[in-house]
Amino acid sequence: MSATDIHDPNRRDFLYIATGMAGVVGAGAVAWPFIDQMQPDASTLALASVEVDVSSLQPGSSLVVKWRGKPVVVRNRTDKEMKDGAAVSLNDLKDPIARNANLPADAPATDANRTTPGKEAWMVMVQVCTHLGCIPLGQEGDFGGWFCPCHGSVYDTAGRIRKGPAPENMAIPVFKFISDTKILIG
Amino acid sequence: MSEGHSTYTPKTGLGRWFDARMPLPRLVYDSFIAYPVPRNLNYMWTFGGILSIMLVSQILTGIVLAMHYTSDTALAFDSVEKIMRDVNSGWLLRYLHSNGASFFFVAVYIHIFRGLFYGSYKAPRELLWILGCIIYLLMMATGFMGYVLPWGQMSFWGATVITGFFSAIPLVGNWIQELLLGGFAVDNPTLNRFFALHYLLPFMIAGVVVLHVWALHVVGQSNPTGIEVKSKTDTVAFTPYATIKDAFGMIVFLFFFAYFVFYLPNYLGHPDNYTVANPLKTPAHIVPEWYFLPFYAILRAITFNIGPINSKLGGVLCMFGAIAMLFLVPWLDTSKVRSAVYRPWYKLFFWLFVADAILLGWLGSQPAEGSYVFMAQMATLFYFAFFLVVMPVLGLIETPRRLPNSITEAVLEKKNKGAGGHPAGAVSAPETKG
Repeated sequence: MSATDIHDPNRRDFLYIATGMAGVVGAGAVAWPFIDQMQPDASTLALASVEVDVSSLQPGSSLVVKWRGKPVVVRNRTDKEMKDGAAVSLNDLKDPIARNANLPADAPATDANRTTPGKEAWMVMVQVCTHLGCIPLGQEGDFGGWFCPCHGSVYDTAGRIRKGPAPENMAIPVFKFISDTKILIG
Repeated sequence: MSEGHSTYTPKTGLGRWFDARMPLPRLVYDSFIAYPVPRNLNYMWTFGGILSIMLVSQILTGIVLAMHYTSDTALAFDSVEKIMRDVNSGWLLRYLHSNGASFFFVAVYIHIFRGLFYGSYKAPRELLWILGCIIYLLMMATGFMGYVLPWGQMSFWGATVITGFFSAIPLVGNWIQELLLGGFAVDNPTLNRFFALHYLLPFMIAGVVVLHVWALHVVGQSNPTGIEVKSKTDTVAFTPYATIKDAFGMIVFLFFFAYFVFYLPNYLGHPDNYTVANPLKTPAHIVPEWYFLPFYAILRAITFNIGPINSKLGGVLCMFGAIAMLFLVPWLDTSKVRSAVYRPWYKLFFWLFVADAILLGWLGSQPAEGSYVFMAQMATLFYFAFFLVVMPVLGLIETPRRLPNSITEAVLEKKNKGAGGHPAGAVSAPETKG
């Protein structure tokens, strides 16, 4: 045996480690395209925003557009619906967060925070139940808002969860009025 | 029992030539002809063979269906209807495939319950058991993705709900869900990748089956007494004994299968799946395929927050946890006795567990409201208690019955009893023996 039993890091150790590292980086670089290709592709992302003409919507009527494969409801609320929505105390809400993508993540779920300033009559909302993804029916249920037939979640006129198994208020997507009659969603 | 020397002797010159170069005939001979099996195997042991033919049947019918199917959201539903109406014998191939999936699961559930009853998972068969659990997981993934392909309403909404589970994972959940879907909702990219994976996974199952059988042939089969093979009189040759018994089991099983294919082809399906998928309208009541119902009931039973875990994530964790329990069974069961035949208390709890699993399945098909929710919560509690409390504790406190000294003794004892005679020696009243 040689005199140096204590193993000093030498050139060969460096080469082993360097080769190993290059191998790991190489394997990662090869693996990434295989994972990356599963993410939403360019044509899917191209549908990430839609323009909606809402000039035909009288108070009390709504329309549904498909955005990112999900239904988005645009509703011109009646005065009564707005009053009902505004009258609710935050303490009565199961989910006190606005869930409005246009506002900070911790904004409270007031009726005003569920809409957009100056356009309080308009609800623009992803009409997907936050429980297991079913589509609630409009203007049904105890609160005159939405009712999910799958597992009985009840939402109010501002799309806030009031009763049933759903954990959150229905989501409000990023949107803005680009004119008085046109909304850009996404 | 597998370390015995090969007794294969090629009879022809060609056989000897082959044997010296690639002894495949020797492998087949040693595995399926001369292979010694315990002499006391009952019909519960025929389901391994039944599962093999179901896998082959699914792959064969699946490959020919793929020749007529189109995995595009605009065409998928119509292409399935075309298979049903226009393709020669298409209706038969599709019904064989869709009912075949159900009967595959019937067989695998009997196979798993057989393992739980006779303690087939205990040392040295832990790895054999775990490989089986992996096959079961792969089967579930394959079955789920296959159900999406016809692109009916249940296909679409089942896929929406099941991929929605992943969104419950904190932080990365939404990214994982988008990765699975290839978009923000179930759509064309989802259908295409599910088709590709549905085609791939059965071959992965076949690969794990090879490992499963390999592990089986190393440790040998368990048997109803749970006593290891000790001498040559404990075994018989695979052919003709096991071959004939397996063949008879298969024929009886295929008889039931054929009855469903020809007389009740849609009984196990859902009528909503004959409506084309509509992303803007949810069916009134979403249910998965029957073989997922117990887990679906567990998912929906968690309606309350557990500390920092909200009800949605809690439900998903419990559902996956229910499957994870199976993987842990070899270490949860502390009893040294394998077979429930000699474990009076375990036997009782085993049958309660079977009843509980069936109850959960029924609850999974009912709407999640009213007293169903409470029943599902209780049934879920018992499900986990069976694995986490009953299995470890019973092994420590239960007094098993007297075990026979060998398989041969057990067989002869039974034979004497069956003939009306009294068992020889000191084998009286085994149920009172401490």
